[in-house]
Amino acid sequence: MGMSGGVDSSVAAALLCEQGYEVIGVTMHLAGSDSRCCSLDDADDARRVADRLGIRFYVANYKDRFRSEVIEPFADAYLAGRTPIPCVACNRRFKFHHLLSRARALGAEAVATGHYAQRRPGIQEDDTATLWRGRDRSKDQSYFLFDLGPAELRHARFPVGGLEKDEVRERARDLGLATAEKPESQEICFVPDGDYARVVGEIRPGRLPGPGDLVDAEGAVLGRHPGIHHFTVGQRRGLGLPGGPWYVRRVEAATNRVVVGRADELRVHGAHLRGVRFTSGAAPEGPLRGEVQIRYRHAGAPAKIVATDSGEAQVYFEEPERAVAPGQAAVFYRGEQVLGGGWIEAPIESPA
Amino acid sequence: MPWGPRHEASCALDRSSADARSWFVIYLDHNATTPLRPEVVEAMTRVLRDVPGNPSSTHALGRTARGVVEAARDQLGALVGAAPGKIVFTGSATEANNAALHGAAGPRGRGAHLVTTTIEHPSVAEPASLLEKQGAVVTRIGVDSTCRVDPDELAAALRPGETALVSVILANNETGVIQDVARIGELAAEAGVPLHVDATQAVGKIPVDVGALGASLLCGTAHKLNGPKGVGFLVDAGRTPSEPYVRGGPQERRRRGGTENVAGICGLGVAADLARQELGARAARHAALRDRLEAGLRAAMPGLRRNGVLDQVLPNTLSIVLEGVPGDVLVEALDGEGIAVSAGAACHSGSVSPSATLLAMGLDAEQARGSLRLSVGHGVDADQIDHVVKTLPVLAERVRGAAA
Repeated sequence: MGMSGGVDSSVAAALLCEQGYEVIGVTMHLAGSDSRCCSLDDADDARRVADRLGIRFYVANYKDRFRSEVIEPFADAYLAGRTPIPCVACNRRFKFHHLLSRARALGAEAVATGHYAQRRPGIQEDDTATLWRGRDRSKDQSYFLFDLGPAELRHARFPVGGLEKDEVRERARDLGLATAEKPESQEICFVPDGDYARVVGEIRPGRLPGPGDLVDAEGAVLGRHPGIHHFTVGQRRGLGLPGGPWYVRRVEAATNRVVVGRADELRVHGAHLRGVRFTSGAAPEGPLRGEVQIRYRHAGAPAKIVATDSGEAQVYFEEPERAVAPGQAAVFYRGEQVLGGGWIEAPIESPA
Repeated sequence: MPWGPRHEASCALDRSSADARSWFVIYLDHNATTPLRPEVVEAMTRVLRDVPGNPSSTHALGRTARGVVEAARDQLGALVGAAPGKIVFTGSATEANNAALHGAAGPRGRGAHLVTTTIEHPSVAEPASLLEKQGAVVTRIGVDSTCRVDPDELAAALRPGETALVSVILANNETGVIQDVARIGELAAEAGVPLHVDATQAVGKIPVDVGALGASLLCGTAHKLNGPKGVGFLVDAGRTPSEPYVRGGPQERRRRGGTENVAGICGLGVAADLARQELGARAARHAALRDRLEAGLRAAMPGLRRNGVLDQVLPNTLSIVLEGVPGDVLVEALDGEGIAVSAGAACHSGSVSPSATLLAMGLDAEQARGSLRLSVGHGVDADQIDHVVKTLPVLAERVRGAAA
């Protein structure tokens, strides 16, 4: 059981104990004390919960790997003009690779986390398990789990995925868990104040791009910007241009330019994806109809998905979508079920 | 006061489901801490129950308590070859080491020069780094691949009249490797530099004599020799007593204010007395168990490599490297089988980082990660060793397979 010290994984551990599993709690020590989770202070909270539940508990140090596999790629993505979501890599690499191999070493069958997502086993024992949205749609975290394949899903468990957040808090209080009233974490854990540009500067000092031009679609210079790592597609704040509102349309690392436009210019017809994976393990034959979610808390847009065998795909929205940001994940759903997803490489500006 | 319901005063152990299991653990982590000897528990219990006085009080109860503390001072002095008046009881060896370093560097102020090694326990290494930040100059002598400091190299770094202190760990907590501190003491004396010896891991395992080592300052703790946690000591053999480092009371000859931990100090005294009587037999028994363990593991795991040269290592310690087996994971797997050992040094909240000592010996990060420390002690027998010899290689293979 991956225990962050927060309320969700605490209750998840308690539920597994109630269900009769032999549970081993592990806090992955990933970040320093200024992080919103996975610091040693959080490990102390998790330890108290594990002690309360009477389960084995360990702290596993993955700080160096977290830096090289998650934090540095995050900074490099900003420097390349992208908008990264480190949580996906963290889930795949840390929860369902590093922690899973640790679990195997300890003789455990599965890794459980406190994510709001649901896994349904296949009908036959060898059938692939499927991944579904969490029952609490306002907390649903299936978006961050899209690139789990059959191998990971076979060993993944999400004990709170079928509960509402209020129920989880209620259970935590009933169980007398120390973490029942802990505040929600919203931002990326290692950027607790939401100041991405500062963190990029700390991780890659000396690599920061200097100031550059703010231009419109025709290339006319409208103003100056302090560095492309301050901007993400769809952003309105911080442009400082008269005659607004202006929005970021595109971030160009090669020219160090930020292309701005009006709200209606943000709408695009689709997206090129790479790194596409399907939870079933294989791309479907022919085009796929479903809903595509292009950022966390996006409602999901009806679209056609055309996947190739080489891990690329084109997504065509039925209605144009705004702020399709390279670096974000595009996750395919059919109803509540996660089919797979990929990484947005570039928007498709013209209709199919 | 009437007895309340049991749960109001119970400690965590009463509600932990792990408590029953703890009685069946094969405990091979005696370098982390040791179980109390029954003699120690008995003496401490008597003090807790029957000696309520404050050692500073004038009246009979105070005198009794003072008597308990002073008897322990005699017992410890006899074990480490120190005059009782030179011993200061502290809350831990960490506190004692901190006091020793700050005390020695303090009067010289910002320009103080310190000589130490790259394999010190954090309770020496971190105060040294703090003093460095405050303006002191610190020279750190490295070790060879067997974890040994060259006394002549260390002596060459001493600056007569300028070096305020040389600080050396007698037996390293991770590898168990013992330094030639007697030789270092001679060379330090020639240079007129006082020597601080962190003897925490050595006291109770090998003979430790302040005079024979040439130590001006020597630190240790009760819980490494089957005494209680929460009691350490500092021997300050120097002629001029140093400044108090905890102010606000006359205790410990004004060196460390605060009412004494009477029962704990009594426990240290009894543990020291047992160690003095048993030392030779204890070391021989531990070495036999340790060697049986090494031979058994070696037969099952030919790739096993030992850190340190056998006759330079504490008799109870076996530090090994298993290539490709993450030590922290193996420790967790062994824990699941009721076998308690340790990977690198335990850190805050149990998060293990690569051991600085093993890196200083020239191991790469991967080898340091594959290190395991097994340390025997009171209560360990040959049957337990044989069980570990059967179990550990199987788990190591499982951990290696999962890590690959």
